[in-house]
Amino acid sequence: MEYSHILGGIRYGFSNLRDVMAKATPFRSGDALAEIAARSAEERVAAQYVLANIPLQHFLETPLISYETDEVSRLIFDTHDAAAFAPVSSLTVGEFRDWLLSDEATGELLSAIAPGVTPEIAAAVSKLMRVQDLILAAAKIRVVTQFRTSIGLRGRLSTRLQPNHPTDDAAGIAAAIFDGLLLGSGDAVIGINPVSDSPTAVKRLLAMIESFRNRFEVPTQSCVLAHITTQIAAIEQGAPLDLLFQSVAGTEAANRSFGISLSLLKEGQEAAQSLKRGGVCFDGSVGTNVMYFETGQGSALSANAHLGVDGLPVDQQTLEARAYAVARHFSPLLVNTVVGFIGPEYLYDGKQISRAGLEDHFCGKLLGLPMGCDICYTNHAEADQDDMDSLLTLLGTAGVNYIMGVPGADDVMLNYQSTSFHDANYLRRILGLRPAPEFEVWLASNHFSRLSLDASSPALLTGELLDRLLPA
Amino acid sequence: MTKFVDNSSKTEFASLEKQKAAEDAPALSSAFRSFTPARIGLHKTGVSIATQECLAFQFAHARARDAVHAELQVPGLMQALQSILTVQSLPEPAILLLHSTAPDRQTYLQRPDMGRKLDISSLQRLVEIHRADKPFGLSIVIADGLSALAVERNSAALLTELFPLLYRTLPSLRVAPLCVVQQGRVAIGDEVARALSAELVIVLIGERPGLSSPDSLGVYITWLHPGKEEEIPASSEHTPAQIADADRNCISNIRSEGLCHAEAASRILYYIQEARLRKQTGTALKDPEPGHRYLGTAEST
Repeated sequence: MEYSHILGGIRYGFSNLRDVMAKATPFRSGDALAEIAARSAEERVAAQYVLANIPLQHFLETPLISYETDEVSRLIFDTHDAAAFAPVSSLTVGEFRDWLLSDEATGELLSAIAPGVTPEIAAAVSKLMRVQDLILAAAKIRVVTQFRTSIGLRGRLSTRLQPNHPTDDAAGIAAAIFDGLLLGSGDAVIGINPVSDSPTAVKRLLAMIESFRNRFEVPTQSCVLAHITTQIAAIEQGAPLDLLFQSVAGTEAANRSFGISLSLLKEGQEAAQSLKRGGVCFDGSVGTNVMYFETGQGSALSANAHLGVDGLPVDQQTLEARAYAVARHFSPLLVNTVVGFIGPEYLYDGKQISRAGLEDHFCGKLLGLPMGCDICYTNHAEADQDDMDSLLTLLGTAGVNYIMGVPGADDVMLNYQSTSFHDANYLRRILGLRPAPEFEVWLASNHFSRLSLDASSPALLTGELLDRLLPA
Repeated sequence: MTKFVDNSSKTEFASLEKQKAAEDAPALSSAFRSFTPARIGLHKTGVSIATQECLAFQFAHARARDAVHAELQVPGLMQALQSILTVQSLPEPAILLLHSTAPDRQTYLQRPDMGRKLDISSLQRLVEIHRADKPFGLSIVIADGLSALAVERNSAALLTELFPLLYRTLPSLRVAPLCVVQQGRVAIGDEVARALSAELVIVLIGERPGLSSPDSLGVYITWLHPGKEEEIPASSEHTPAQIADADRNCISNIRSEGLCHAEAASRILYYIQEARLRKQTGTALKDPEPGHRYLGTAEST
């Protein structure tokens, strides 16, 4: 196939599909760092014209990353569902965009084609979509998953309560859990990023959440986001583990740099499933989704694991979408991009972070994932809380499954800013969104009243109160 | 993936009043705030955060932004390090001031590759010191990273705790000259250590400033896999073998309100001992279990 287009009397040629994808991508610093971005605004549009005319079928015949040497590529091609793909198999990328936005493409139809959509196809079409397109198409798709709560139902917005503490202090973490629950946060998961990556520390924190959960009968699930091997070791030590967490990326080499492989993820999933800790949800079914994955554009490049079949870099947004193929294989409860965490060398400012968050959410949903987003930035990026408010509002309209609930939006352990418990309540109020049904019932229950009472305890009693929550 | 028809809007859960229970709940007792530096129990107005709390956040953000862009005050740091070294014994020259290929902060922020490489004159100075017949057991690198403030406040204090532990526990360990690198990232330690033929490197580096911690120091411990360089394909001769994050161990949040210098030094010693024993670092080495009795600490001697 020849990849070229004449624009304004100038012929723009591109060396291969990888090159077209990279140059058609709206500008971001990570692609410039990899030296693959379009060299001019016109060249970008020429690449988008070329991309619009490429048949979707062509992506199934043209691996961007080697099938032979990359297990993520093998996973993508070997699990592709041709029957699900059939309704859109004759379309070009441009026609696919038109179809996604058409009234013909209902949410049910979009869910049905998901197993036939590859990450590369999702990434390609997203490059032709404006912000409102990314919102409109994603908002049609609901992906519902269950453990003890049901996450992703229409009209609902869940949150991960993230009560991190700079030294893993149990009382400090419990105090933050109190605050979050009191403000209606935590129906997706109570998830702690630990400082210490040891099985004993993971077990101790999981037991603490378990004790809290049991005391107030909170319908939610727990997670301590250590390395997967540490969590598996904690399971072997008898830890009460609900969700198994791991960061994943879009190439085998990047995953290797994380110290993981598909077989290790499989081993972990089986270990977590064997505990059978899911609960009965509002519709009577028992929750079985046990995996929690985080991703983010730029992770492959930062691990120097981002090269395509021609030895040149694949763009970071396509690599991100490939991480969703990894996640999809393990039926996760939760997947979120940590969109602004990686830093300005990959997403420079609020504008780039916002677009990336919406692309990631759309691509994830199109691939059938229960997408959430850690709407966030670091202090070395050109962004602030205004940018987060904008992206928060946009993702709310796009139907994001969950966002983060961090005390005051300031994560004192990971040193970055995300969204607060209050931000979630703003979004719920302004868009009329409600928490997960099981959690909503709990908020109106006596258990929540007991929690409220404890939370307003006089100063003398707070230490004793927190001690009681900590397992012996 | 679980999928089913969404009919929840027709169920008994439809009342928005229930959600208001959370919105109207009493604020967390301010007494809880003493248990964590996290911003809990914030004053509210409606569902939103009250003005004074918003301003406090804006101030913290402004301070963190300023910390990112601050320049390392070299003379003060060098003086502090010299004063430690007068009571320790390192081969001369005891301290080297080096620079990455990133000329300034703006470039540093956008070009991590330049922050991982030494500039030519820095590399030259290391090559002059290196003597192939006497390799070093440990190289210690101090880099400004994303917070020069963290390095200025914590690096000398940390080394003050670490050196006595090292000499007591590993008296025969040959420690290379201290290297201070401006506009440096973690991986620049690999290049420093390779140039000095050190098999193990620890990098003390300013962490990304958080709102409540503009001065947090991180330490990365990396085993260099000597001899592995031969496996690098010829095409990548200009980029030294990149070490994956999973092959490093990290100790984070070293500052007066976080992990104290003595405890951090004990952990560093633990990793140094484990790395030398197993000839590797990274996810293969687990963190010490809580209550671990560090060799070389006062309790065990």
